[in-house]
Amino acid sequence: MAEAPSGNADNYAAEAFLQGGSLKHAPGPYFGSYGGRWMPESLIAALDELEETFNKAKDDPEFRAQIADLNKNYSGRPSLLTEAKRFSQHAGGVRVFLKREDLNHTGSHKINNVLGQALLAKRMGKTRVIAETGAGQHGVASATAAALMGLECVVYMGAEDCRRQALNVARMELLGATVIPVTSGSQTLKDAINDALRDWVANVDNTHYLLGTAAGAHPFPAMVRYFHEVIGEEARAQILEQEGRLPDAVCACIGGGSNAIGIFHGFLDDPSVKIYGFEAGGDGVETGRHAATITLGKPGVLHGARSYLMQDDDGQTIESHSISAGLDYPGVGPEHSYLADIGRVSYEPITDSEAMEAFRLLCRTEGIIPAIESSHALAGAVKVGQRLAAEDAGAVRDKIVIVNLSGRGDKDVATAAEWFDLLDKGSAESEIGKEGEQL
Amino acid sequence: MSTAQTISKSAAAIDKARAEGRAALIAYLPAGYPSVEDSIAAGIAAARNGADLIEIGIPYSDPVMDGQVIQAATTEALAKGFSVSQVFDVVRGITSQTDAAVLVMTYWNPVVRMGVDEFSRRLSEAGGAGLITPDLIPDEAAEWMEASDKYGLDRVFLVAPSSTAERMQRTVDASRGFVYAVSIMGVTGARSSVSTAAKDVVAAAHNAGAERVCVGLGVSNAGQVREIAAYAEGVIVGTALVKTLGEGGVDAVAALTKDLSTGLSREEA
Repeated sequence: MAEAPSGNADNYAAEAFLQGGSLKHAPGPYFGSYGGRWMPESLIAALDELEETFNKAKDDPEFRAQIADLNKNYSGRPSLLTEAKRFSQHAGGVRVFLKREDLNHTGSHKINNVLGQALLAKRMGKTRVIAETGAGQHGVASATAAALMGLECVVYMGAEDCRRQALNVARMELLGATVIPVTSGSQTLKDAINDALRDWVANVDNTHYLLGTAAGAHPFPAMVRYFHEVIGEEARAQILEQEGRLPDAVCACIGGGSNAIGIFHGFLDDPSVKIYGFEAGGDGVETGRHAATITLGKPGVLHGARSYLMQDDDGQTIESHSISAGLDYPGVGPEHSYLADIGRVSYEPITDSEAMEAFRLLCRTEGIIPAIESSHALAGAVKVGQRLAAEDAGAVRDKIVIVNLSGRGDKDVATAAEWFDLLDKGSAESEIGKEGEQL
Repeated sequence: MSTAQTISKSAAAIDKARAEGRAALIAYLPAGYPSVEDSIAAGIAAARNGADLIEIGIPYSDPVMDGQVIQAATTEALAKGFSVSQVFDVVRGITSQTDAAVLVMTYWNPVVRMGVDEFSRRLSEAGGAGLITPDLIPDEAAEWMEASDKYGLDRVFLVAPSSTAERMQRTVDASRGFVYAVSIMGVTGARSSVSTAAKDVVAAAHNAGAERVCVGLGVSNAGQVREIAAYAEGVIVGTALVKTLGEGGVDAVAALTKDLSTGLSREEA
């Protein structure tokens, strides 16, 4: 297996994948040599049950109608595709369009997946769902779906993340969920997943593990993607309707990679569309303090799947770092590892500083406060736009770049205020922000 | 239990216990806890006080099948700078001093990182009997099947109360040495009573053709050992020994192993 290529979309030959057929709807369990089930035997029966339930539901018109109804009348789909005209001036002059997942109920793309999985949990007769969360977005979304469907909900959240995102803990509790701070290991997202898996092994009879990203053991990567495919399908139809053509590039941020695989899916089989995934570069990939899994990781197995992984020479997982709790994960979904290896998607790191500059830029040019996660995609779009301009300045106004604005930034105001030094010294908010920064 | 031409060290140790009219005792200890030297000393102490097989765990950053006691011990070992290749020193340290069969229990990624073949070769050279693999199922084990055949190592896969008949058969067929029956749906840790599910899992494994089935998870005292020895070929004790090692050192491990071994006899069964 080749090491991860990067920035190779420019050389990428469209024929390469079209010869092999469609890249859409890859069913798993394997994506190339990635994916699979590297899991304790105790959980295999539950994974089999989930896979069977999911496969039946996908083909069941009643299930599809339930999803469509929830998407429309609960989440508020379709989400808008908004042209960011003033922002575009800073992206080499290309036309930037934002896929507005930030406008969904609960404020991010996460709702797509949790509604689908909660429905499956009910189909399996499970009465309890458990979830992991980093920033709290998936925890809030899970608590929301559980409340809507009358399921008990327990959310595992790293103790450090609980402090970074105290208001999201309160949100989950308001929605009736129990939040369990995780104090093992590095006390962040990966350890929250470990504790959720331990809970699942012990309670699998009545419990569904509502995994929040397109990672983990089969069928999770293919299933989570399925529930997020709506992002890419809508975006593709919207740009065709609004502009009568496909975009030149699509950009998304990558932690585990669920929002990204959702929007990428709509364009994987369109060879003219370049696709970019932006990983969290933290303090800079040269510092070692980052979460750029595909850029610098090596293939390994973690949390049930073979994929790129941040690990040391002994195979111990390395702690990741990012200003964005939602991208602060040392693994990545297996389909992304495959798309990187075959060169269909280019994965590049964006530093904390670059993301925060893009965060401020979108606030000031468009009146939209983005999630810090999504700000990595915005920063990437600025780079892509500037590259397109450098290639052919004359044609730049005809170039279209779609950015998946995966979430809104309300949850990130304390962190951003501290970053930009907007708080009076000694104020309560200043202390909250400082904790976020220090952790 | 296939490929009979390979001589299984684990099977030999279990068969020796059986010939003595008792079940085998398998003692789990983490490598590098509380130090590399002490983990060797603890393994030797267990082997000289009634343990027929020693299971040496590799400390790992994400031990999803372990409860708090073992997590704390392996986290401490990692914090003190344990590196994976030291596990071979621990195995060699015990096999050079005792007759016990020494297996390594490891989550799969450290093996992947070193290379399955390279890891297997070094384990074999250190005198190791094989591997217990809590997060590797036969479905994903093609590379390990090949390497374990090449180096004559036992491959101990796990079966659980949730395993279907089909999966039970597949896992029993893929295993060599013995089959590890998980007594309960949960993670490692001492429990006040052994789940009744354990007996059913062992029976299902026997029905699928397993000649040697050993029960682990939640076993901490001689009474529980006695209960399991009545229906299984071996009993695995982990958390209780690790806790004892942390609190009372190597001598306490020797004493607890001796006490546990009093439950192995099948006379009253």
